[in-house]
Amino acid sequence: MANTQAFCNSAKLDILKGNTILADMDQTRAGVTKDSLKAALYETTAGDKDKDTTVYNTTGEVSGSGYTAGGIAVTNVTAPSLSTDTAIWTPSASLDFGTVTLATTFNAVLIYNDTHTTKYALSVHTFGDQTVAGNFTITMPANDVSNALVRLV
Amino acid sequence: MVTTIYGEMHSSLLEKREGTDENDNEIVKWVEYWLDEEMVHRSVHLHLKQNIMADIFAAEIG
Repeated sequence: MANTQAFCNSAKLDILKGNTILADMDQTRAGVTKDSLKAALYETTAGDKDKDTTVYNTTGEVSGSGYTAGGIAVTNVTAPSLSTDTAIWTPSASLDFGTVTLATTFNAVLIYNDTHTTKYALSVHTFGDQTVAGNFTITMPANDVSNALVRLV
Repeated sequence: MVTTIYGEMHSSLLEKREGTDENDNEIVKWVEYWLDEEMVHRSVHLHLKQNIMADIFAAEIG
């Protein structure tokens, strides 16, 4: 068996699980508990969330009856896993924003770390412009190598 | 009863419209209730299809 150059598959998973860190951490962890995540919605025009987003903030965040700034908790019961050569992770439940009235069009949801005081951003997911005066729910794709919400290949 | 921008209203007083939109990124199912020519309720169920993918490489040394 020959040596093969690669970023180890296990390391992809370890990054998502926080097992391997390559720099001094910004905060001291008291234990091994995973971070809490939240999901916030952003307006189509006023929102500015993209690959350069580093933290949650209220710039361009939606507002309206039934919606609380900061968004909603993300259910994270299923730990990241390795599927062939890809580390994958998907929230364990739909993002149910309940009954809200959001009259200004919005088209993005930001998932971020709500445990850390800095509210580090994790991912931005965009979709077609929406307005809502009722229930708003975002359902997740299947948590597999082709469809998981977050994939490290 | 339907929750509207004017409060709870009986569905018999409203016109219901519903539909589905789909593209490479998502599937959207929406339900609207209209009172005369005004939309008073819109619920949306959005299913994300597209994921966030990051490529990680180990570079050759030398």
